[in-house]
Amino acid sequence: MSAPLSLRITGIGAWAPGAPDWQRLRVILRGDSTPDDDAPARPAGTILPAAERRRAPDGVRLAAEVAAQATGMAGIDPATVPCIFASTQGELAITDYVCDTLARSPLELSPTKFHNSVLNAPAGYWTIATGCTAASSAVTAHHRSFAAGLLEAAVFACAEDTPVLFASCDVASTGPLAEMTHTTLAFGMAMLLHPNASNGARLNLVLHGGTAEPVPVVTMATVTRDNPANAEALALLSLLARANPSNLRLPLSSGLSLDMEIKP
Amino acid sequence: MPERIEPLAIAACSATSALGHGLAAQLEALRRGRGGLRPNDFSQAPLECRIGRVAGVEDVALPAPLAHWDCRNNRLGWLGLQQDGLMDAIAGAIERQGATRVALILGTSTASIGATEDAYRRLDHGRFPEDLRRPEIHTPHSLAAFVANATGIAGPALTISTACSSSAKVFASAERLIRLGLADAALVGGVDTLCDSVLFGFHSLELVSKHACRPFDAQRDGISIGEAAAFALLEPVQVAPNAPRLLGHGESSDAHHMSTPHPEGRGARAALDDALVRAGIGADAVDYINLHGTATLKNDEVEAKLLPRFAPRTRASSTKGFTGHTLGAAGALEAVLALLAIVHGIVPPNLGCSEPMPAAALWLALRPSSQRVDVALSNSFGFGGNNACLVFGRGDPA
Repeated sequence: MSAPLSLRITGIGAWAPGAPDWQRLRVILRGDSTPDDDAPARPAGTILPAAERRRAPDGVRLAAEVAAQATGMAGIDPATVPCIFASTQGELAITDYVCDTLARSPLELSPTKFHNSVLNAPAGYWTIATGCTAASSAVTAHHRSFAAGLLEAAVFACAEDTPVLFASCDVASTGPLAEMTHTTLAFGMAMLLHPNASNGARLNLVLHGGTAEPVPVVTMATVTRDNPANAEALALLSLLARANPSNLRLPLSSGLSLDMEIKP
Repeated sequence: MPERIEPLAIAACSATSALGHGLAAQLEALRRGRGGLRPNDFSQAPLECRIGRVAGVEDVALPAPLAHWDCRNNRLGWLGLQQDGLMDAIAGAIERQGATRVALILGTSTASIGATEDAYRRLDHGRFPEDLRRPEIHTPHSLAAFVANATGIAGPALTISTACSSSAKVFASAERLIRLGLADAALVGGVDTLCDSVLFGFHSLELVSKHACRPFDAQRDGISIGEAAAFALLEPVQVAPNAPRLLGHGESSDAHHMSTPHPEGRGARAALDDALVRAGIGADAVDYINLHGTATLKNDEVEAKLLPRFAPRTRASSTKGFTGHTLGAAGALEAVLALLAIVHGIVPPNLGCSEPMPAAALWLALRPSSQRVDVALSNSFGFGGNNACLVFGRGDPA
């Protein structure tokens, strides 16, 4: 087996219903607070210019929000930071709109909604809003999207010796498609992964030969139930919210799992 | 600046497109200058345009244990995997390296969305019809999950979906995994199939030509949409020293517009620069460029601005006049066509262009020709300003 991928997490962003940023989610995950019923129902996404924000679908606002939180906390200019956006299903409400329109009156398909339907819409809007000319990517691996996306981001950071922005976001599904995706609640998180920073939590990743059981999460159980795609992201955030070193093993493929050592 | 990388062998590769099934069919069509575009006969009320449709996809039957993956995109993926001894080559890599040491990274833009569209046309009291209540095909990872099951690859598996650069970027991601020792081999590739989303979607953006597309022609007026499956097996050079090689890759973002390229090709230029640096070569070493060349007004205008850095002897062509724009499969398909240029000493012509844009005319190969090709580039640019450039080179003499 190869040497661990050794990184520092210098910035974290998060958004969940009732927890509009990482500070808020962190105290909830520590058990010191509960979700705020008065929090805004949609992510602010204020890094997007007003005109873009109006046109942007929910998944783009969510991704832009958590990405801006993470780069803001890291104190890094996003313009030169490669970014990798993971999502299990992409822009579910747009997929529902596109398929519904194609079934009824295909010639009425909206061009804006069509280009917003691509899985790399968040990467596109983010790079445009931040002037980022570095590599950007959109990745998915169904139930393994978080672990596989995190591995892709960590590999990029270590191989190219550069900080990398990683985000994992899924929005609620609508229409008949919802029965196939089981995602009824939006959740997003982002991390700035740095291969040679001296601050931030340590994250060491290795591939483990063997499968892993899905991880149980006790706090914010609604996210695990209603956005199962990001249950594993929440599991990592739960560990990062606490002060003690810990380990996490996530299923990655039919024969591998991703082992994480976390030292906050 | 990036550092030079260790080349990787393309131990096996294959392509299936409107030109036919497998490498021999692609090669024959390129040599003869015979394109595969035909009148659109896809969807219930077909738009007036030409498409690059793969013959025989409808007749593909997946083996019983894989039947729950059935949909047009996975059928095309299966058809593509059966060509040119690919399954045997993959089995060989698994035997040499171990199943968990082989990675799988595939690009697709729409994956099996055609099946989701079909479900919406046949809703049963507001629910998907029973035969399509299969969550594993209504997700963008459908293709890669299917291919993992079909091949037995058990290493890291990932779908990259960055529109039309998707299956070019898979080469870069695989190279990084192998460079860091997290895999010893990788199957990369891309599959995208015709579906209403892309036919009506690109039509809504007024980007689809009514004619067969005319890349780099002064009269070009849009794309022709196609479908394809293309794969490449990447392994260390010592495993297949005579095989052609991946020499370099570059990726960038335009930071400009969701559906229009940067007017000066800023991102495309950066991807090209990085790819050449990683390959450790200068632009003067490039013999052939497989251009992105979609035949939209903007793409070709911007891409032509990249050409003056190349020597007048460098030949360049878009092969989309042959296959149509195969979207998420285009990166891998055109990488394989660039590899054919190296292995067989051919320059694919820029089919469909009779009146070349002056800015590109010096480099465009308008007719098929035979010529030694040691270094070939392939450009891929996607929605959201997502750019990738690949550099391929010759292996050791046999």
